[in-house]
Amino acid sequence: MKLLYFAWLRTKIGKAEETIEPPAEIATVAALIDWLKARGPGFADALKNAKLVRVAVNREYVGWDHPVRPGDEVALFPPVTGG
Amino acid sequence: MIRVQHEDFDVGAELVAIGRGNTRIGGLVSFVGLVRERAGGEAITAMTLEHYPGMTERELGAIEAEARQRWPLEECLIIHRYGKLAPGDRIVLVVTASAHREAAFASCQFLVDWLKTKAPFWKLEETSAGGRWVEARDGDAESAKRWVAE
Repeated sequence: MKLLYFAWLRTKIGKAEETIEPPAEIATVAALIDWLKARGPGFADALKNAKLVRVAVNREYVGWDHPVRPGDEVALFPPVTGG
Repeated sequence: MIRVQHEDFDVGAELVAIGRGNTRIGGLVSFVGLVRERAGGEAITAMTLEHYPGMTERELGAIEAEARQRWPLEECLIIHRYGKLAPGDRIVLVVTASAHREAAFASCQFLVDWLKTKAPFWKLEETSAGGRWVEARDGDAESAKRWVAE
C-alpha cells in the first residue's frame, strides 16, 4: 500500500510518501488511520483531529468507512486551499 | 481543458485563443486569481502551492465535466499554477464561453467555487515570521454549497 501525505500532514509526519504493509485486519480508512496514529508522535499529532483530515483512495475522495486494500494509493491531507 | 503548471500564463492570449473560429460563442467570462500581498495584516513574501499530481487533474476534469453538464458551454478552460509564487503573481485562470452571457457568468463562478473546495491544492504563506499553511475558509465551503441545491 502506498501512502501519500500533503501540506501540514506531510511536515508533521516528516515524509511525503511511503510504502507500507499494514496488518491484514486493517480493512478500512478509519482502521488505517488508527493504526498510523500508533506509529509515532508525528503521526499522532498530524492525525489527532479527524475533522481536518481528508482522504483519497486511488485519487478519489472517500469517507472513513471506505475499504483499503494492498496495492491501493491512499492519500491523507488537510482541507484544500487552492484557487 | 485543464492545465496544471508552474509557468505563468498570458490571460490575453488565452482569451483570444479559446474562442478562435467558434462563432457560436456570444460571450466569454474569465476569473483570474492572484497572490494577495497580505494575510491577516501580515505582509507575505512568497506563497507556495503544493498539489497532488494526478488527482489534481482528475478533480479539475470532474469539475469541468460537471459545469458542462449544467450549462451549455462552448469552451471551458482552467489553468492552475503550483510551486513558489510572489505577491501579484497569477495563480489560477478560469474561462467559460457560451452562446449567451448568463451561462458563461454562472458557470465561471461555479467553477471557481468548486475548485476552491475540491481541487487538491494547499497554500503555504511565507512571512517574515516564517511559513504558515493557509486554513480552509468556512466561507469557501458555503460558496460551494450554494450550487448543490440546484
